Amino acid sequence: MSALSAAALRDQTISGDASPAETVDAAVARCAAVGAGRERLNVFAWADDADARDHAALALRQRDQGGTGLLLGVPVAIKDNIATLTLPTTCGSNILAGYVSPYEATVVTKLRAAGAIPFGKTNMDEFAMGSSTEHSAYGPTRNPLAPDRVPGGSSGGSAAAVAAGIVPVALGSETGGSVRQPASFCGIVGVKPSYGRVSRFGLVAFASSLDHVGVFGATVDDAARGLRVIAGHDPRDATSVDAPVPDYHGAHEQSVKGLVIGRPREYFPDSLDPRIRERCDAALERLRELGAEVRDVSLPHTSMAIPVYYIVAPAEASANLSRFDGVRYGMRVEGEGLRGMYEATRSRGFGPEVTRRILLGTYVLSAGYYDAYYRKAQQVRTLIGRDFTDVFASGVDVLFTPTAPTTAFPIGAISDPYEMYMSDIFTATANLAGVPAMSQPIGLVDGLPVGGQFMAAHLGEMKMFAAAYALERALGSEARA
Amino acid sequence: MSITLEDVRHIASLARLGLSEQRAESVATELNTILSHMDALSTVNTEGVAEAVGSGVRTMPLRDDASAPIPLVRPLESFAPSLRDGLLLVPRLSSHETVE
Amino acid sequence: MTTSAEGLRDEWELVVGLEVHVQLKTRTKAFCSCSAAFGAPPNANTCPVCLALPGALPVLNAHAVELATLASLALGCTVHETSVFARKNYFYPDSPKGYQISQFDKPLATDGFVEIGTHADGTPLRIGITRVHMEEDAGKSIHDRYPGVTAIDLNRSGTPLVEIVSEPDMRTAAQAGTYLRLLKQILEYVDVSDVSMEEGSLRVDANVSARRWGETTLGTKTEVKNLNSFSGVERAIEVEFTRQVAILNAGGTIAQQTMLWDANASEVRPSRTKEGSHDYRYFPEPDLPPLVLTADWIAARRAALPELPAARRARFIAEYALSEYDVDVLISTSALADYFESVARAHGGAKSAANWVMGEVLSYLKSRGEGISDFPVTGADLGRLLDLVRDGVISHTAGKQVLQIMIAPGGNPAEIAEREGLIQVDDAAQLGEWLEDVIREMPDESERYRGGEKRLQGVLIGAAMKKSKGRADPRKLSQMLAARLAL
Repeated sequence: MSALSAAALRDQTISGDASPAETVDAAVARCAAVGAGRERLNVFAWADDADARDHAALALRQRDQGGTGLLLGVPVAIKDNIATLTLPTTCGSNILAGYVSPYEATVVTKLRAAGAIPFGKTNMDEFAMGSSTEHSAYGPTRNPLAPDRVPGGSSGGSAAAVAAGIVPVALGSETGGSVRQPASFCGIVGVKPSYGRVSRFGLVAFASSLDHVGVFGATVDDAARGLRVIAGHDPRDATSVDAPVPDYHGAHEQSVKGLVIGRPREYFPDSLDPRIRERCDAALERLRELGAEVRDVSLPHTSMAIPVYYIVAPAEASANLSRFDGVRYGMRVEGEGLRGMYEATRSRGFGPEVTRRILLGTYVLSAGYYDAYYRKAQQVRTLIGRDFTDVFASGVDVLFTPTAPTTAFPIGAISDPYEMYMSDIFTATANLAGVPAMSQPIGLVDGLPVGGQFMAAHLGEMKMFAAAYALERALGSEARA
Repeated sequence: MSITLEDVRHIASLARLGLSEQRAESVATELNTILSHMDALSTVNTEGVAEAVGSGVRTMPLRDDASAPIPLVRPLESFAPSLRDGLLLVPRLSSHETVE
Repeated sequence: MTTSAEGLRDEWELVVGLEVHVQLKTRTKAFCSCSAAFGAPPNANTCPVCLALPGALPVLNAHAVELATLASLALGCTVHETSVFARKNYFYPDSPKGYQISQFDKPLATDGFVEIGTHADGTPLRIGITRVHMEEDAGKSIHDRYPGVTAIDLNRSGTPLVEIVSEPDMRTAAQAGTYLRLLKQILEYVDVSDVSMEEGSLRVDANVSARRWGETTLGTKTEVKNLNSFSGVERAIEVEFTRQVAILNAGGTIAQQTMLWDANASEVRPSRTKEGSHDYRYFPEPDLPPLVLTADWIAARRAALPELPAARRARFIAEYALSEYDVDVLISTSALADYFESVARAHGGAKSAANWVMGEVLSYLKSRGEGISDFPVTGADLGRLLDLVRDGVISHTAGKQVLQIMIAPGGNPAEIAEREGLIQVDDAAQLGEWLEDVIREMPDESERYRGGEKRLQGVLIGAAMKKSKGRADPRKLSQMLAARLAL
């Protein structure tokens, strides 16, 4: 784990006890110490010490001008699908080989404005399609806690950067659980905010209605501060919510006494690993001891989340990835005529999982199948959303569930696509409904971290953080590897 | 519903993804396996249920008709694969070849 | 004397529906803040959004919504409080995202009409408008600039369009032409577009089919594209109908396909597009929430509509007692109609205002290839000139001279008439003097006039006018001549 929390680094930067340059040096040294490079953990798609030092110099200037940004002097790793001006943005894909964005994502602008030091672009499953970070053009990322295992995905590089103690905060992205599941696998905190809470402008789209920028933190507080900085309305994103952003890190002062926590039975099926069930129930017991009320509830359409997700997400992806055509940027492979160029570029540029999902999405939207698949899925999605609306309307404040059905699995262990898709079984619901959700460590099974997930109503992040802070305090070091 | 090899060729063509014959066959199998799991949806009664539109965002925000484009910090020349006189170049099309 | 071919042709009814794309007059593009102006260097008006850079997102232009709404209301459509944008998926290098943002099953507006005349029984002949929807334009593909390659300019990519889809209600090519001219006129009145087919701000595709008279189902249609003028649309429809009838009469069937009009050869030929492979995979655009317009907002737009051509036509006929022909000329554009009304109001006489505007003003503009907005004389000033003519202060001929001076270098009509010595003379003594000079100089003609050859009046009066250098009042002169040479 990182020596310093985001809050401590920021305070020490302001006081002069830490300097941004030294912070970068420490992070670079940590990379070397843990073997973050290609040959071992393979945390980063793109890392450039000089780039980080340039950003450190800017942070120092902010400090010298009296800046007190919430992440002043805090190094933040950024997933390779978020547009940055000085490092490439390639989504772990050959098709974007060498592409450096000529504009910057809103979240990165906000990070820099808050004094953060962008620190490398993290490895990911190609175009965020995956749950293990094995499917990157740059090879798999390894779990820092168990290097023969996956870190989860698709934001596995960001999760590994935090879990390896390189940075206290990292940005990831989620379409079906790509922040929470790797947070669970790596024993850290991962937050997926409400849909619209954080701008998607500059996040390379996978499935627009499900995509979120999310935050990893070594602790709940690190994640809360990271989210506070990147959240807020953005006129460049038409799906951005125009609502004030609370100080999420203020939620640590809130008591959970009287908080109603729902335990949805569909997230605790008979097939669930009993040891994961036990960790979850132990966490709930601690919350009960703190004065929360735990209530059994039902979200009856939960089992439909994966079928819905794997229709809607590939459908949107099939359109979103059409822009990678070799005409304006990125890879271009010549072929016979225009069609030949398109096909050569896209066949060579995209890996097998991306190709599979584009084909699946194209199929479910194509003439004659739209009603049976896409329309039907969007109707069931409405019912999934209604499950959440109903349960929160019934007086439940937050839900608590396991984040993933398993702990980190060995690299190469899952080859069947659908089996891999089932990794998202407890997380995809929140993406489909647009509600906020987060994972935090709640203990170990066979020495591997288990994540517990809180979910709240749309824009109900404060309640979620209050519960997460309380649980983190209650569990103390027993939650962590 | 079952995806045939011909379906795979058709959607691969629509998606401009060149597939070898061998790959097309394995894709057909993979997609059929995946879609077999989607059949569960047909068990849900969705009569009268509206389709989800996005997630939780209600209405379209509009912007003023004012010119302040998002700037490019590097010009098209710096990233376009093939450019001449400011124009993007692609393999020659006949003048009215449209969507195939 | 019907030839057999024409006889066979007469067995078929032509059915036409038109799809019209109209560029909206906004300063910026539909989904980004790039300038929508023409003429910039290639790809100069582009940004992350209209270049479809990874991660860029669309945000809709409010003014485009307003203009599309005005167009829809002017066409009598119901504007829906909720409409939804959709992605239309296809690959083409001038479509940078690989999909076009359009509207599909929930368009902005539906169920309008354009009235293009009357049926034989006097009931109005209306061409239904199925829908009006918003969408973005593509860039431009330039095929003949460089050998072996096509060049792409994305300056136009993402500029706002409305597509106006008619019902298949037209039965002759001429009706299609009338519909288009009236549609253009309406859109020009509401000022939402430059509506120039030559400049590409109005584009037309025609769906053409043939069926036997009396049939109620539609025949297989073809879509005729590459139409470059209204008259070209009419000719292309005729040619395509003739082609279809020839096939049908030979016992063949019409293939549903896209035909391209070749204006130079006056023929249609099939495009190389493979039919049946169009599968646009429309689905709701997830980057854009539904467009929600309040009933109040729509009502306010409706209230803000200017008087439309049909209403203006009816009012001009009723209020100014002008012929239908004159009115159609005067209302051809709202600016011309406005100008006429300003002249008529200033002057008080609609008929002469109409004659002067349609005569002097329009011929001046036509000779210069200009529009009424270029005309330098205000309606009020032209009205004052017409007052001088009506009141006999100057002659009609002198009026024309004054108008030329008013156009350039300009000035007040009364002052010009005075300065140029064009004030009409009606003093009996002066007129009598000119008349006596003429009778003396043209004794033969005078005698024959007295003898009953009334047609010689023109010659004698003309000679007197000439003596007056055009200043004599010809009416008074005629009266005096008749009295002087009475038997």
